[in-house]
Amino acid sequence: MERVYLFTRFERLWHWAQAVLIIGMLVTGFEIHGTYKWLGFAQAHKVHTTIVWAFIALWVFAIFWHLTTGEWRQYIPTMKNIDKVVRFYAVGIFRGDPHPFQPTRARKHNPMQAQTYLGVTVVVTPLLWISGLAYLFYNELSAAGWGIQLGAIALVHTIGAFLMLAFLIGHIYLGTTGHTPTAHFKAMVSGWDEAH
Amino acid sequence: MQVLRRVLLAIVAMGFFAGAGVAADDAPPPKLPKSTADHGKFKELQRVFASGPEVTKACLSCHTEASKQLHQTQHWKWEYTNPTTQQKLGKKHVINNFCTSVSSNYKACASCHIGYGLKDEGFDFASEENVDCLVCHDSTGKYKKPSGFAGHPVTKDTEFPPGSGKIIRGIDLSAIAQKVGKTRRETCGTCHFYGGGGDAVKHGDLDSSLDQPDKALDVHMDAEGLNFSCATCHKTEGHQVPGSRYAPTAADREGAHLRGKADSSNPATCQACHGQAPHTGKAKLNDHTDKVACQTCHIPAFARGDMPTKMSWDWSTAGKRDEKGKPLVVTNDDGHITYNGIKGDFVLEENVKPEYVWFNGTVNYTLLGDPIEKSQQPIAINRFEGSAGDGKSLIWPVKLFRGKQPFDPINKTLVVTHLAGEDDTAYWKNMVWDKAVAEGMKTLHKPFSGKVDFIETTAIWPITHMVAPKDKALGCNECHAKGGRLDKIEGIYIPGRDANKLVDTIGWLAAGGILAGVLIHGAIRALRRKH
Repeated sequence: MERVYLFTRFERLWHWAQAVLIIGMLVTGFEIHGTYKWLGFAQAHKVHTTIVWAFIALWVFAIFWHLTTGEWRQYIPTMKNIDKVVRFYAVGIFRGDPHPFQPTRARKHNPMQAQTYLGVTVVVTPLLWISGLAYLFYNELSAAGWGIQLGAIALVHTIGAFLMLAFLIGHIYLGTTGHTPTAHFKAMVSGWDEAH
Repeated sequence: MQVLRRVLLAIVAMGFFAGAGVAADDAPPPKLPKSTADHGKFKELQRVFASGPEVTKACLSCHTEASKQLHQTQHWKWEYTNPTTQQKLGKKHVINNFCTSVSSNYKACASCHIGYGLKDEGFDFASEENVDCLVCHDSTGKYKKPSGFAGHPVTKDTEFPPGSGKIIRGIDLSAIAQKVGKTRRETCGTCHFYGGGGDAVKHGDLDSSLDQPDKALDVHMDAEGLNFSCATCHKTEGHQVPGSRYAPTAADREGAHLRGKADSSNPATCQACHGQAPHTGKAKLNDHTDKVACQTCHIPAFARGDMPTKMSWDWSTAGKRDEKGKPLVVTNDDGHITYNGIKGDFVLEENVKPEYVWFNGTVNYTLLGDPIEKSQQPIAINRFEGSAGDGKSLIWPVKLFRGKQPFDPINKTLVVTHLAGEDDTAYWKNMVWDKAVAEGMKTLHKPFSGKVDFIETTAIWPITHMVAPKDKALGCNECHAKGGRLDKIEGIYIPGRDANKLVDTIGWLAAGGILAGVLIHGAIRALRRKH
C-alpha cells in the first residue's frame, strides 16, 4: 500500500494543540455566555483567558512555520474539481466510489477542505481574535475613546463561536470519511496517510 | 597567654558595665497621652455643672470658635439645601417612613441633636452655649441625652415621665467634661447607630455592633486590627464632617488623596484612599470600577453584626391594646419587637442581601406638601437617580425600606404626626390618629382635611459601611449569571446574564442542524456498509 508522509511533526503538534485549545475555549466560552453551569463563571473565565494566550503563542509559531516553509500555499483556494468532491460526499460516498482527490505532499487538501480551512483561518479565527481581545480589553478601548458597546463586542464574539462550533462538528465528522472511519485520525497522529 | 587572658577579661568587664549603663538609659519613658492637654487639670472644668450649656461655656472659654464652626454644620442646623435639586432637606424638613418626622416631636427627637433645648420651631440656632460639645467628645461613655428632654442631659435624678415612677439617674457632667477627647465610633454611634428609634433600626449598615467590630464585620473598623474611627474616613476639618447621605458622592473618579496635594474631593469615599485600580494583579476586577461601586462587591450583606435591621414598618396596624388596656407588644423568638400597639408591625432581618440600583449621587425626596396618589403606591419617599448611560452613575447596593404610613387622602399629601409627648394629642399616648395628625400638621401650619388613611412608601438607604475582608467580597458568579444579584440592572451587557436571543437561536439551530446532518449522513453510510 502506498503511504504519503502528509503531516510533519510540527503540523501535528499544532493541529492537536489547537484542537484542545479550541474545544477548551468553546466549553468555557459558552459557560461564560451563560449557556450552562459547570465550572462556574469565575473559573470558566479564568480558563478561557488563560487559554487565549496559549492560543496566541501557538499561532505565532504556526504563522512563522507557514511563511518560512511556504506551506501557506496549501490554502490557496481553487474551484478546480470542487464539483467532483461535493458530488462524492453527496452521492458517491454511499455507493463506495473512490475519493476523487488524492492528497500529495504538494497538495494535502481537497478543494473543499482548502476553502474551509482558509475560511476558518482568515474569517472565523480573526473574528474571534479581534472581538475576543476587544472583549478582554474593553475598558482600555473605552478609555481610549472607542465607543463600542460591550454587548456588540460580545455579539460578534458569539457569532464567531457558533461558526467555530459548526466547523468543529463538520470537521470531526468528515474526519471519519476516510477509507476506514479512523484512517484520517491515524494520519493526523502519525503523519502518514495511507492512500488507496 | 596571661596577658591575653587579662585583656579578654577587661573587654568582657567593659562590655558588662557598658551594657548595664545602656540598660539604665533604656528604661521606657512614662506613657504620655497623645493629646497635649489633660482636661482634668483645667481649672475651668473643676467645678459642678448643673446643665449642658454651663459645660459648653467652659469649653468656649478656650475653644473660642468652636460653636461658630458648629453653627454652620448639618449636625446643628438639621437643614440642608441640595444644590442639584434645590430641595430643602435635613431632619427639619424630610418625612421618612420610620417615625415619619421630627417636626412636632422635637422634645423626643432632639436627644440626637448636637444642641441643648431644641424643643420646637422657636429654638435659637444662633446660641453658642446651646451647642453640645460632650455628645461627640465624651470619652467615658457615661454621657446620655434621654428622650423627652429636648437634647438636655439629666444631672439630677428625675422622675420621667412625671408620675410614672420611673427615675432617670443624673450624670456627673464635671467628670465627663474633664475627660473629653476625640470622637470615637461609640460617640458617633450614640445617634447614628440608633436612628429610627433603636439599635440597627434605620441604616442596616450602622449599628452598635460597630462599637467593637471584628475583622469579618468591618475590615477597617476591626477593633483589634486597623481600628478606624468614623473620622478616619469622614475626615473632619473645622467640625464640617464630610460624607452626607443627602448628597453622596456616588462615583468618585479622582485618585487616592495624597499629602501635600490639594484634594477637594470627598475624603470619605473608598477611592479617596484606594484610588481607581485597587486590585493588584487582578486587572479584570479593576475593569469593573467604571460601572460598579466598591460597596457592591465588598459589602455582600448588611446587618451582619447579629443586630437585625428593620426592613418594613406598617403603621396601619397600630392601635391594638392588650387585656390591661396597654399597647399590645409582640416579640419574636430573639426578643425583638415585631408588633407594638403604638407603632404597628415590623419586619426585622439580619444578613440582608442588598438591592442594587444605578446611582449618580442625586436623591429626590417626596416632601410634605408634594402631591401623592394612592393609586401610585408605593410612593418613593426618596428616589436615587441614575442610569447606565449618564456617565455619572455606578451600581450601588442599597437597603430598600418599605413602609405604610399615615397620609391625608383628601389633600393627597404626606402628613406630620404628633407622636411623642405627654399631651392629649400625642399618638404614643392616646393612639388616636386624627388628633395626632391634626396636631402635627398644626405645628407646621399645614392644611389637614381631618381624614387619615395609610399609603405604602419606600425609602432607599445607601449601603456603604460594614465592608467585609477581601476574601468575603462577592465572587464573579454572584452577578455574572441569570437571576444573579444584578438581574434587574438595566442598560449594560453583563456576560453570563445577557445574550442576544436571535443569535443564540440561529447559532444553536445551525450547530444542531449540522450535527443532525452529519449523523444522518453517517447513518446512511453505516447502513450501506460502504465507506
